[in-house]
Amino acid sequence: MDPAHFFAASRVLIVAGKGGVGKTTVCATLAGAASEAGLSVLIVRLTPGGALHRLFGAAPITSNGSLLRAAGEGRGPITGRLVTPDDALLDYLEDHGLQRITKRLVTSGALDVVTTAAPGIRDLLVLGRVKQLELARAADLIILDAPAAGHAVSFLRSPAGLRDAVTAGPIANQGIEVLEMLADPERCRVLLVTLPEETPVNELIETAFALEDDVGVQLGPVVVNGLAPRLEGLDLDIRQIVDNLGPSLAGTIDVPLLTALSEAAAFRTTWMDRQREQLDRLADQLPLPLISLPLQFSTDLGPTHLDDLIAALTTGLHQIAETVEQ
Amino acid sequence: MTSVPIPDLHDPIGQLLDTHSVVVCTGAGGVGKTTSAATIALEAARRGRRACVVTIDPARRLADAMGLDADTARGSEAMRVAGPWNGELWAVMLDTRATFANLIRTYAPSPQQAQNILNNTFFKNIADALSGTHEYMAMEKLYELHNDDRFDIVIVDTPPTTNALDFLDAPNRITRFLDHRLYKMLVTPSRGLARAVNLAAQTFLRSISRVVGASVVDDVIEFFANFEGMEDGFRARAVAVRELLAADTTTFVLVTVPRRDIAEEATAFVTDLGMAGISVDALIVNRVHPQFGEQSLSELHAQLDQFATTPLGPFATALLESVEIATTELDHLATLTAALPAAPVVTVPFLDTDVHDLAGLERLTGHIFPA
Repeated sequence: MDPAHFFAASRVLIVAGKGGVGKTTVCATLAGAASEAGLSVLIVRLTPGGALHRLFGAAPITSNGSLLRAAGEGRGPITGRLVTPDDALLDYLEDHGLQRITKRLVTSGALDVVTTAAPGIRDLLVLGRVKQLELARAADLIILDAPAAGHAVSFLRSPAGLRDAVTAGPIANQGIEVLEMLADPERCRVLLVTLPEETPVNELIETAFALEDDVGVQLGPVVVNGLAPRLEGLDLDIRQIVDNLGPSLAGTIDVPLLTALSEAAAFRTTWMDRQREQLDRLADQLPLPLISLPLQFSTDLGPTHLDDLIAALTTGLHQIAETVEQ
Repeated sequence: MTSVPIPDLHDPIGQLLDTHSVVVCTGAGGVGKTTSAATIALEAARRGRRACVVTIDPARRLADAMGLDADTARGSEAMRVAGPWNGELWAVMLDTRATFANLIRTYAPSPQQAQNILNNTFFKNIADALSGTHEYMAMEKLYELHNDDRFDIVIVDTPPTTNALDFLDAPNRITRFLDHRLYKMLVTPSRGLARAVNLAAQTFLRSISRVVGASVVDDVIEFFANFEGMEDGFRARAVAVRELLAADTTTFVLVTVPRRDIAEEATAFVTDLGMAGISVDALIVNRVHPQFGEQSLSELHAQLDQFATTPLGPFATALLESVEIATTELDHLATLTAALPAAPVVTVPFLDTDVHDLAGLERLTGHIFPA
């Protein structure tokens, strides 16, 4: 599939997954790939901090929106914006003529009572804010870095829950409008992210079914982050290889180095095999296309790593088309 | 395979188990806290202690391995895990609502009043969705089990929070919430100055009704009316829980992974806990990549790059990439260990971290409690 078509298919991508699987990295990678397809991109995050800005080598994002990567030749701009649930609630109250009580809600602690009385209201209002940005065409593509799963399920269930609990009034309307967005694949899709490891894969499968069944949202391809690149030839006999190098080269490899080389190879082989098993299991159990992103061997990611990831994602998107055509 | 060097103290966490009756495993989400807590409990049982682990939302297969069927174990009853150890291993799956319901039954003046509260929609929302309730109930369950004669040592993993103080403060925060000023204003006798306050509160309440609907507000008022009189009991209990956390017999173990953002978060955790008068006594670092050989990355490049296009190339790549990742991991841990100079560190290798059965837990005890 042409990345331009993929990113033009819906205006909002919600990126969800268990904590620690690299959701933020995947958001940045998606944004980069969409930008290279010529789209302007807005990344929405719910919590301050995180590694997003470092990936772009930019300053931390704020609630006013900040530039992460400027537009370039054929490349759309990428901005980031912080939408915290509390801000979303207070903005909402102000927009609905309740500005006089917002301060009092906060100082009296009654805000906690309100958000508890209507659980999910904060989540709903964050989604409401995204919906507003989408309708206002704040960018060609909006990418939401969603809260960690299983929170993802309750996060996306919040509009339906509130529509049922609060049957009338502005909140109920908000719930209905957000549900319309979630249910419309031309407006919104959810991309799930996982690592090629047993527990995250299990949770992803559970989350995928819960989201489809309970929320009725369209799931896009699953992004498998952190796949150790395949190395061929590790099954060969390393002693033989060294002997074949000839005496002058073989002499530069002493016993400790030879041991380290063969241990590292054995580790890598086990690791690749286990990852492969998990990828196969995922493919068996979920009828969704998979896109793998290569593991970055530095754990300190910056713009150069992001470029590698964008290239891998773009390749992965092209391969999806081939799978679909078969 | 050699692992990352650990400080010389022999079996540091094992020693903590012999001298403490509460172990709190804390750290960010997704770092393996639940598994670490289960491993610590297993080791305590092997050391002959009657250990109980409270797990919060364990991965399904780990729950199964420990004999905790997600459907039957909910309800917060301790279940005994059978196995070849001298002591006892028990496990509890935290059920926030059931734990909260017990607390309500304990402090309600009458069974009828308790039932009124338990049937109230607002109460159900507090139990399921109020931020901090999960943390509060984890600590409450810990307190209950600590005072249960069946157990010598209780191990708990905390719910994932970005701020360490969230769970320490949770009992106080929820108690303050239950003791709500807004409600006090509403039920204050309508006389004199109080009457004016009351009217203002009514107007305020009407505004809130416009947002969330009147029936929701009615539920809230009904809840607080029923809860009246129970605040003192709750407050006293919160103080007792807080004292237990600060007691000398309680130890905190920080669980982390060697990633930059997580290690930074963990460093902030340590600082926050320190400000609350709590020290972290040990550090468990999960998912550590093994270090092969003794040479640095640049030394290896100098020696191995010439082989890139030979059949030795993939072996060289495997080693170089392993060393690169292990080296950056050590850098990320450096600030954290600097913030915890006295705490011993144990590491769990990357491929051994994903555990879903008792055999896996036993393998982990070999790393966390080196023989």
